[in-house]
Amino acid sequence: MSEVNITPVLMPKWGLSMSEGVLVDWLVDEGAEIAVGDEIMEVETDKIASAVEAADAGILRRRVGAAGETYPVRALLGVLAPPEVSDDDIDAYIAAYEVPADEGDEEAAAAAYEFADTAAGRLRYAHRGDGGPALVLIHGFGGDLDNWLFNIDALAERARVFAFDLPGHGQSTKQLADPSLAGLADALQAFMDAADIDSAHLVGHSMGAAVAAQLACDAPERIQSLTLISAAGLGPEINSDYIDGFVGAASRRELKPVLLNLFADSELVTRSMVDDLLKYKRIDGVQEALSSLAESLFPGGEQSAQLAGQIDASELNTLVIWGSDDAVIPAAHAQALNGATREIIDGAGHMVQMEKASAVNALILAHIG
Amino acid sequence: MARNLSMKDAINEALDQEMTRDPTVIVMGEDIVGGSGSPGEDDAWGGVLGVTKGLHAKHGDRLMDTPLSESAYIGAAIGAATCGLRPVAELMFLDFMGVCFDQIFNQAAKFRYMFGGKAETPVTIRAMVGAGFRAAAQHSQMLTPIFTHVPGLKVVCASNAYDAKGLLIQSIRDNDPVIFCEHKNLYGHESDVPEESYTVPFGEANIVREGSDATIVGYGLMVHRASEAAETLAGEGIQCEIVDLRTLSPIDTDTVVESVENTGRLVCVDEANPRCSIASDIAATVSQEAFGSLKAAPQLVTAPHTPVPFSPALEDLYIPSAESIADAVRKTMAP
Repeated sequence: MSEVNITPVLMPKWGLSMSEGVLVDWLVDEGAEIAVGDEIMEVETDKIASAVEAADAGILRRRVGAAGETYPVRALLGVLAPPEVSDDDIDAYIAAYEVPADEGDEEAAAAAYEFADTAAGRLRYAHRGDGGPALVLIHGFGGDLDNWLFNIDALAERARVFAFDLPGHGQSTKQLADPSLAGLADALQAFMDAADIDSAHLVGHSMGAAVAAQLACDAPERIQSLTLISAAGLGPEINSDYIDGFVGAASRRELKPVLLNLFADSELVTRSMVDDLLKYKRIDGVQEALSSLAESLFPGGEQSAQLAGQIDASELNTLVIWGSDDAVIPAAHAQALNGATREIIDGAGHMVQMEKASAVNALILAHIG
Repeated sequence: MARNLSMKDAINEALDQEMTRDPTVIVMGEDIVGGSGSPGEDDAWGGVLGVTKGLHAKHGDRLMDTPLSESAYIGAAIGAATCGLRPVAELMFLDFMGVCFDQIFNQAAKFRYMFGGKAETPVTIRAMVGAGFRAAAQHSQMLTPIFTHVPGLKVVCASNAYDAKGLLIQSIRDNDPVIFCEHKNLYGHESDVPEESYTVPFGEANIVREGSDATIVGYGLMVHRASEAAETLAGEGIQCEIVDLRTLSPIDTDTVVESVENTGRLVCVDEANPRCSIASDIAATVSQEAFGSLKAAPQLVTAPHTPVPFSPALEDLYIPSAESIADAVRKTMAP
């Protein structure tokens, strides 16, 4: 048996609530040579739709899953194997494959989101990974820790990863003591205190990148490196139609066109994504929190904080990642940082960490060393 | 954080949170505390099915048991609303509303209009609706069309716990009289409900399932029957879109019309009796606004034009079933 050379392609598990997904379509043919990060199939859940990037390289010898069918998480959808593996061995592998029992029962799922009482109020967070340096993920304006759905597990292989909801966001307190960048950086620091994190690699997206950069200026001793993704704080321009539209949208009809700004591939904006964001916006206190943040950070349609000079001066090891098609903050802002490594990913929009997760994960892992 | 909550507990939580947030919110009704002479402890009755259980212990005299006179306390609630309180009156069964129609139809519904916009009546009247509870003809009706007919009233009927909490909070904060209908057979139905307070706006239907072949419109328990039917039909290759109206006045016809423009077929489901029902109203609106999109005549699936029978066998036949909804959809698909 050459089973050792066979690599399965499985239905991914995106987030705790996912138990099954629809294999919408294959993006590669049988016999294709696949490299890590290649988009190999499209999968849709009740929450989200996305292309699945290959986690392993090899030749796609067999497509086991059929387009349009629903499969449980970790079901066998395809088989990668080198040419010397015989068809019989592949058949035997497919016949013997069993979907592993879901170890994440409901109690485990409930424990996977935790709450910390911090100086900035009650904050929700997720924690993955036992070994390695601490890494904190900071989402953007109107986002939450699930913006890191496709990143948190991959990063946890080499780091203790924490993703949390900023005040005013997700399931954290909706009270914003101070809607400025300094106030949010205080909240980040309060979270690190509560989670016993002395110093960490910070990975921020959009407004969260500006929050990370602000903390780098305020408390550089707590930061091992910076990764700034589609970052705010590096230039004056921002798509004010997006900000105003997100804050103002009161219905699905109003919100959906606004969310299309976030992705290069408009198919990724599912009804469920729109509904979940509406549910968030309808929680008491959220509208006020978003309005006060927008007023403080993006007054008159421009970004109020310009941190590039301070980041360069801090001499922190800094990586900048941008999607080439970012419609919210222009990718050209990456040029503002002279001392940083700059990576522009083609064909991705503002949510580049979701659209091109494998590439972003690989860049972050290489960056933190 | 969100957790799984029954509709009954979601309604209780909405009342609790609004009473905590706003001291002008009061709750009144028959046995909502625990009956005459009750000490108001946690073990008090808390309404006929226990929806208000535990609230008296927390909020004391802002919950009051009323005499068994709907006409008196509904009138009192409406009067209190015009004088600055936000009363939530529980009327057990919507069927009993008949004895206070003048207070509701001629007073509460008319104040804003007749006083030139100077008077507001922020009262919420909660009542159980629907059949299937073996409670006979006077405790089982789906009288939503009667209230929807009257301008000046808002009418709500949730299908799940998330909507029930958000719609009730919206009802309490709304400055007009709201008839809040609770399907007694959905009290135990659970869904994800955030701990925090939130609202669901009036006049926004929810698309609970997307599909391209036929649109099924309903509210309350019928949304669940429609979902069962859609599941069956999916096995036959028929993809149904299900629109949960959530509020009947105001009503979100835009979402219904948009859906029918995509699917070309319409099935209206209503647990109410057929004449002048929500189902006939939707069918008429769509026929007028999207006639060109219709590939088949709209189908109506409703209760028959009879009282709700007490015989369990007949009562089960009386309520529109998943099978009758599926049949209606198949009828629209026939060449």
